[in-house]
Amino acid sequence: MNKNTRIIAKSLKKRNRSESTFRLMGLLGIISAISFLVIILFSIINEGKKAFVSTQIKLDIFFDSKILDPGNSGKITEIENANYQTLIKASLLNFFPDVKTRNDQRDLLSMISSSEQENLMRTLTNDISLMNTKKEFWLKSSSKYDVINKNPEMIDFAEEDRLISNQQLFWFNELKKDNRVKFGFNKIFFTAADSTEPEQAGIWGSVMGSFFTLFVTLLLSFPIAVAAGVFLEELAPKNRFTHFIEVNINNLAAVPSIIFGLLGLAIFLNVMHLPRSAPLVGGMVLALMTLPTIIIATRASLKAVPPSIREAAIGMGATKMQTVTHHVLPLSMPGISTGTIIGMSQALGESAPLLMIGMVAFIVDVPESFLDSSTVLPVQIYLWKSTAARGFVELTAAGVLVLLTFLILMNSFAVIIRKKFEKKW
Amino acid sequence: MKKTILTASLIAFGFSGSAFARDQIQIVGSSTVYPFATVVAERFGKTSGFKTPVIESTGSGGGLKLFCKGLGTEHPDITNASRRIKAKEVKNCSKNGVTDITEIKVGFDGIAMANAKAGPMLELSLKDIYLALAKDVPADPNGDTVKPNPYKMWNEVNPALPNAPIVVVGPPPTSGTRDAFNELAIERGCKKFPGRKALKKKDKKLYKKECRSIREDGPYVEAGENDNLIIEKLVADPGALGVFGYSFLDQNRDKVKAAKVDGVFPEFEAISSGEYPVSRSLFFYIKNAHAAVIPGIKQYVAEFTNAKAIGSDGYLVSKGLIPLPESDRAKFEKAGKSLTKFDGNVLKK
Repeated sequence: MNKNTRIIAKSLKKRNRSESTFRLMGLLGIISAISFLVIILFSIINEGKKAFVSTQIKLDIFFDSKILDPGNSGKITEIENANYQTLIKASLLNFFPDVKTRNDQRDLLSMISSSEQENLMRTLTNDISLMNTKKEFWLKSSSKYDVINKNPEMIDFAEEDRLISNQQLFWFNELKKDNRVKFGFNKIFFTAADSTEPEQAGIWGSVMGSFFTLFVTLLLSFPIAVAAGVFLEELAPKNRFTHFIEVNINNLAAVPSIIFGLLGLAIFLNVMHLPRSAPLVGGMVLALMTLPTIIIATRASLKAVPPSIREAAIGMGATKMQTVTHHVLPLSMPGISTGTIIGMSQALGESAPLLMIGMVAFIVDVPESFLDSSTVLPVQIYLWKSTAARGFVELTAAGVLVLLTFLILMNSFAVIIRKKFEKKW
Repeated sequence: MKKTILTASLIAFGFSGSAFARDQIQIVGSSTVYPFATVVAERFGKTSGFKTPVIESTGSGGGLKLFCKGLGTEHPDITNASRRIKAKEVKNCSKNGVTDITEIKVGFDGIAMANAKAGPMLELSLKDIYLALAKDVPADPNGDTVKPNPYKMWNEVNPALPNAPIVVVGPPPTSGTRDAFNELAIERGCKKFPGRKALKKKDKKLYKKECRSIREDGPYVEAGENDNLIIEKLVADPGALGVFGYSFLDQNRDKVKAAKVDGVFPEFEAISSGEYPVSRSLFFYIKNAHAAVIPGIKQYVAEFTNAKAIGSDGYLVSKGLIPLPESDRAKFEKAGKSLTKFDGNVLKK
């Protein structure tokens, strides 16, 4: 053993030790990241899954023509404008005959969601032969009862801390004992827009808003960004000016998104007089934000196409434009599409710039065009989070789940495209 | 494919430059009025056959700024406010052509100071609140001169209060709640010092500056226009005190409890009778020129001012609004029907 091997052997143990500490640190990093993710996902799913079902109460509704059509006119308009609340009340009083005072009756009636009056009206006008017959309905309960039913620990709270009074809880338990309470699929959550009543609020309005907004974003940002990327990478001379533009595009990608919102407010609303709260404007603002992302992705994937392809095309007599459109661009499309989808999913999760252009608003009607007022998914989550009523807690979590689902879908789509079409040189 | 993309983007750009017809009421303004206005809007949308109005929660100041920007469909029709419009804002409005507006008072709101249920029971006076939160506090017992607020603990302000650091979570300056809090709590506490009161006669501007400013050195934490966030911060920190509207207190009684101010709890009767000192009125303002253009404005105002909504048994009362006396409500219902022009001269300059 000479001197050198002795020195090496001596330090070997120490070096091996630091090697294993290094590995351990890395492993710890990964484990803590994963456990945070699991905790977050677990708590969101745990809360959010409650919103997919809702408490329903079975009542026998008698479509009394004396109430719905006192003049016996038989006119549909008369029946449409009748007071369906009275039917629900009659059915509840049938079950609880000893509820007499007006206040108690009102408290009892508050058990059923006010949206059910419209549903009963629809059922009857669709099938008028139901008049003067009795039918069993599963009616949606109001949010307060729904919250109590989903969080049984709240039953033990003191009366003033609980959402419903002891009397109301008693009524609810009576119905439960009679097997008149169940959980049913919460269809409204997937078909309605915002509401002030948690049991009537849904995510669909903001899903449509997000769809219209992203459609505009894609239409504007994709062609402009690809054109800009191709020009800068393939056609533009490399000089100080193009270098300056390059640096600025890279800087733009790092600009906080709220700045684009301010720009949208100043130009699209104040100068161009486009309407407030419209997905068109939201899409334009988000397009500005997405442009640099797609330009950078385009340039990177154009760069990845080997020069031999271009040289071969030019050698065969193709023009610069033919080279680009026939060979280089198609070959780089997988990379460009991946970049675009990533940019789009970024835009889907964005809410700050939309605050400036009025898309953070209470909107009850589901938007049907690019000019209808609308919100987007992350904004809807924010709005629900800042509402006082207890029933919105689970809606917020469920909204997060819907947003996450869309993001995962888009990102896995990007991964699939990359895996399937990407060429390795 | 390329062609369709091109034409579609051209169409999208082609929209620009023209003004848009709008058949939906647009409302901006106070986050305190927001929960009430949304309920009215939803009912209005369901029952009237008009589209449901769009409501943004921008804060009273932010709302009036947008409202006063001008006439035309790109500007909002109605703004909610948790304080009265200021003379300065009326001037700004008329500068932009918005001269004909109607003022509607919808009810009262108490500003509650509350802490987590786990926290200590507090009894504050207006003077305590002023000394704890003002930017400058009197340097001598009479209040003739001021010094930057040195107090860090509640018991330095008033020996009867607990030996705990002053942490108050409240709304930012764009909020009407903050304006009202400055005026109703801080300024009134300030007036308790004779020297400060005398200053009002001598130099009104300096008085306003010194008696309505909240400290910026840490103990007052601004929480944004989101009252739910304040509640959550209070639950997380039982030593902190929050400032927010009565309706939020009412909805969150399982999490927070109110402090007495000048010996009175912020309860329904005490606020509506004016016994609770920190209470203010809630308003909305209508742009009368829009009422003829945008369908449904008059009907929306009628729905909001109806006894069914804001009367003593109204559906907004169950949401935490404190109703006006019946004669006042009838007066504003009439004003809403005829769109009575608001006279800016009644405001203090």
